[in-house]
Amino acid sequence: MTHSAQASASQAPSSQSAVSMSAACVEGGFSDPVMEAQVAFRALMDATARPGSLCDLPGSLAPPAPLPEGLGAVALTLCDPDTPVWLAPAYDTPEVRGWLAFHCACPLVTEPAESVFAFAPAGADCPPLTAFNSGTQEYPDRSTTLVLAVEALEGGAPLNLEGPGIRSRETLAAAGLPEGFVAQRAENRALFPRGSDLLLVAGLRGCALPRTTRVTAASTGTSTDEGAE
Amino acid sequence: MTGQAQDIAGGMAAYNFAYLDEQTKRMIRRAILKGIAIPAYQVPFASREMPMPYGWGTGGVQVTASIIGRDDTLKVIDQGADDTTNAVSIRAFFQKVADVAVTTRTREASVIQTRHRIPEEPLTVSQVLVYQVPIPEPLRFLEPRETETRKMHALEEYGLMHVKLYEDIARHGHIATTYAYPVLVDDRYVMDPSPTPKFDNPKMDMCPALQLFGAGREKRIYAIPPYTRVVSLDFEDHPFEVQRFEEPCALCAARDVYLDEVILDDKGGRMFVCSDTDHCEERRAAGNRGHLAAEEAYATTEAAQ
Amino acid sequence: MYVAVKGGEAAIANAHKLLGDRRRGNRDLPSITLDQLVGQLSLAVDRVMAEASLYAPHLAALAVKQARGDMIEAIFLLRAYRTTLPRFGASRPVETGEMVAERRVSATFKDLPGGQVLGPTFDYTHRLLDPELAGDGEVEAALLSETDGEPLMRVTDILAHEDIIESSRGAGGDTPLPEEPSGDLTREPLEFPMQRDQRLQALARGDEGFLLSLGYSTQRGYGRTHPFVGEIRMGEVEVELDVPELGFAVSLGTIKVTECQMVTQFAGSAKAPPQFTRGYGLVFGQSERKAMSMALVDRALRADEFGEDRLAPAQDEEFVISHSDNVQATGFVEHLKLPHYVDFQAELDLVRRMRGEFEAREAASLETDNASREAAE
Repeated sequence: MTHSAQASASQAPSSQSAVSMSAACVEGGFSDPVMEAQVAFRALMDATARPGSLCDLPGSLAPPAPLPEGLGAVALTLCDPDTPVWLAPAYDTPEVRGWLAFHCACPLVTEPAESVFAFAPAGADCPPLTAFNSGTQEYPDRSTTLVLAVEALEGGAPLNLEGPGIRSRETLAAAGLPEGFVAQRAENRALFPRGSDLLLVAGLRGCALPRTTRVTAASTGTSTDEGAE
Repeated sequence: MTGQAQDIAGGMAAYNFAYLDEQTKRMIRRAILKGIAIPAYQVPFASREMPMPYGWGTGGVQVTASIIGRDDTLKVIDQGADDTTNAVSIRAFFQKVADVAVTTRTREASVIQTRHRIPEEPLTVSQVLVYQVPIPEPLRFLEPRETETRKMHALEEYGLMHVKLYEDIARHGHIATTYAYPVLVDDRYVMDPSPTPKFDNPKMDMCPALQLFGAGREKRIYAIPPYTRVVSLDFEDHPFEVQRFEEPCALCAARDVYLDEVILDDKGGRMFVCSDTDHCEERRAAGNRGHLAAEEAYATTEAAQ
Repeated sequence: MYVAVKGGEAAIANAHKLLGDRRRGNRDLPSITLDQLVGQLSLAVDRVMAEASLYAPHLAALAVKQARGDMIEAIFLLRAYRTTLPRFGASRPVETGEMVAERRVSATFKDLPGGQVLGPTFDYTHRLLDPELAGDGEVEAALLSETDGEPLMRVTDILAHEDIIESSRGAGGDTPLPEEPSGDLTREPLEFPMQRDQRLQALARGDEGFLLSLGYSTQRGYGRTHPFVGEIRMGEVEVELDVPELGFAVSLGTIKVTECQMVTQFAGSAKAPPQFTRGYGLVFGQSERKAMSMALVDRALRADEFGEDRLAPAQDEEFVISHSDNVQATGFVEHLKLPHYVDFQAELDLVRRMRGEFEAREAASLETDNASREAAE
């Protein structure tokens, strides 16, 4: 028995049908897909297990603009033909579609609620968290993971984080979070075990806020989702 | 090789890093992330046929294969020991298909795959504990139907479990569950901790390490994130308590650890030694000596194992 | 990194060396070739292919040889190989109506277009051990009837013309049409209740013995369906794959399959006219017993579709499907031989403690008895 990376490299999807195969579509994937996907996944797993902690994503990739590289890294790591993907209008260009089709072969959907993964920039372009799929009471795992590009993961207004994965309390100071973020999170938390999960990405740094994480504004010190408990 | 044998060997596919193909790994990785996001909820996954039998750790092996990388150091234990045959076999599998560094030292490992024990040495934030799970559904022995138990979890309807535990008390004077003792995780899902002795249950509570559970035959993955409340089910008048051993480890004199009973002869002679072999060796290396820690006692245990 | 491991590793290596030795047996005899297995133990090879869900005669033969003839072990070997193979797509549904049939029998009509074709069957052989076969005697060439290559009409199609049998989509209409994608339980998590396509997939790779017993149980009244063998046919069918780039289907070759269509009862209802129902079985290779058992169990599992009470084991989907896979079953049964001494220690401790408490209670009550007797005296 031997092990080689060739098996998976040769599995690069060949659904080249309608998409014009420009160089931008074909290039810009991980240079070592098997090992880099593993490194990226471990970073995302650790981040999800420790909400608020920052992780580094591997940077050998170059998705076409306007898709930020960090979001591209998440897509290459987790998306494939089994995961319907929603792209925010800002990212929905022929080049990005072509790149995702070539590297992930993921179906694209127009409704946020039909997606398993959603990629969006924080801001007006991104629907509220509750617009995404929050799963069912029997199958709460069948929910969207929203991958949100933010300006920075440090230097913004501090938020307090509590919940599984956090020893007592963690602080996150991401810059450029959506309006009403704390209230949206509280609404999402109230659905538990249903709810969508969130990955914040700035450049090649990432931070996870799974549905269990209770987010409160650090300045007031009061939990806005106590009513949800 | 004959021509035909060469044809067959040549036509067979080479295996990917860590055996699983990339699409399978992605499917399992997504299940792991959802599992962490919903602590102790059992995420269904399309478990693959593995080159070892169902029931022998295929769930744990699939989880480990999906998370492991070149920088990892793997430890595999069965019944607490690194040298039990199934642990040896699984460790050899990963050495072969992932060329990964292995260790028997708990503190040197970044990924620990286990069957039936949690190491005695406290785990750290930089470790992942992967459990092999035979029956992931804690309600299965009360209600064999998946369609029913899924509803019960959805509605947080765990009365049946409490009734069962209380019936034990009525009949035996004790909760007659000594391993796979059910826990409540983050105040929401009742979970089967896999057939670890209930002695290990308190180690799961607020554990700094990520705990992942893989059930291959039953096609479920679940997780306990680090620093998560894990409470063993009990009653005010019958609080949860763990097994206490009357004597310390005969080799390293450790107390407050889980012990194996080793039969020495057919006249009732027996000794108790650490189930966690690494823990015992480290203690002996540090100069701790149990009452049978003479050379002949070593010989006896080696033979008994 | 080198790690010294005591005992276990060497013991395993030695055990496997011994296994290899016993598998080879007497070195003075030639090793069995895969061609011999494919040619002379073809039904064993067929069963391995069917329950491993991989049509590859020589690989199945290799598995049989490696497993020393242990069928479930061979099935397991081939499945574990199958799971590593890349997937190129789903073929078109095979058209068994176009089959070049080597065997075709119907129990429902004495004669029918194409006739009854017995083919290579054990039926009507007298089960007397044949000493001739102990050697390597001459075997007569078989006489084959001249066929015109015309496909044989299916019995269920004859009934369908008269509209007295349900459509092949099923009463619930939930059997996918040929152009609809069907489920794949090797790629998707299992979920109950299942759709019929996934259920049939599970039955097709299910254990022959388990399905045989369940099918038998329906005949003895545990979920009776009044079955008739509408037709059994066995032979080669073509496998075709649609290639979108080409715009047409490409033939990948032929495979041998056995199909059984059971014609079963249905009284009809206020809304539905009385008509026969179907149970369906389709298996790789030549395996009539499996195809028939599968058809019986398929029909029994459709109880809900026809408003039948689900009372018998064969009608219980979760029970049947969860326990039909012999690779899963053997793994879990056999895992009991793995060490369980940690759990056993926990049980031992509890039983000893409860035993101690019991004896203390007995002793106490004996004392009370004695005390009260003394007081009475």
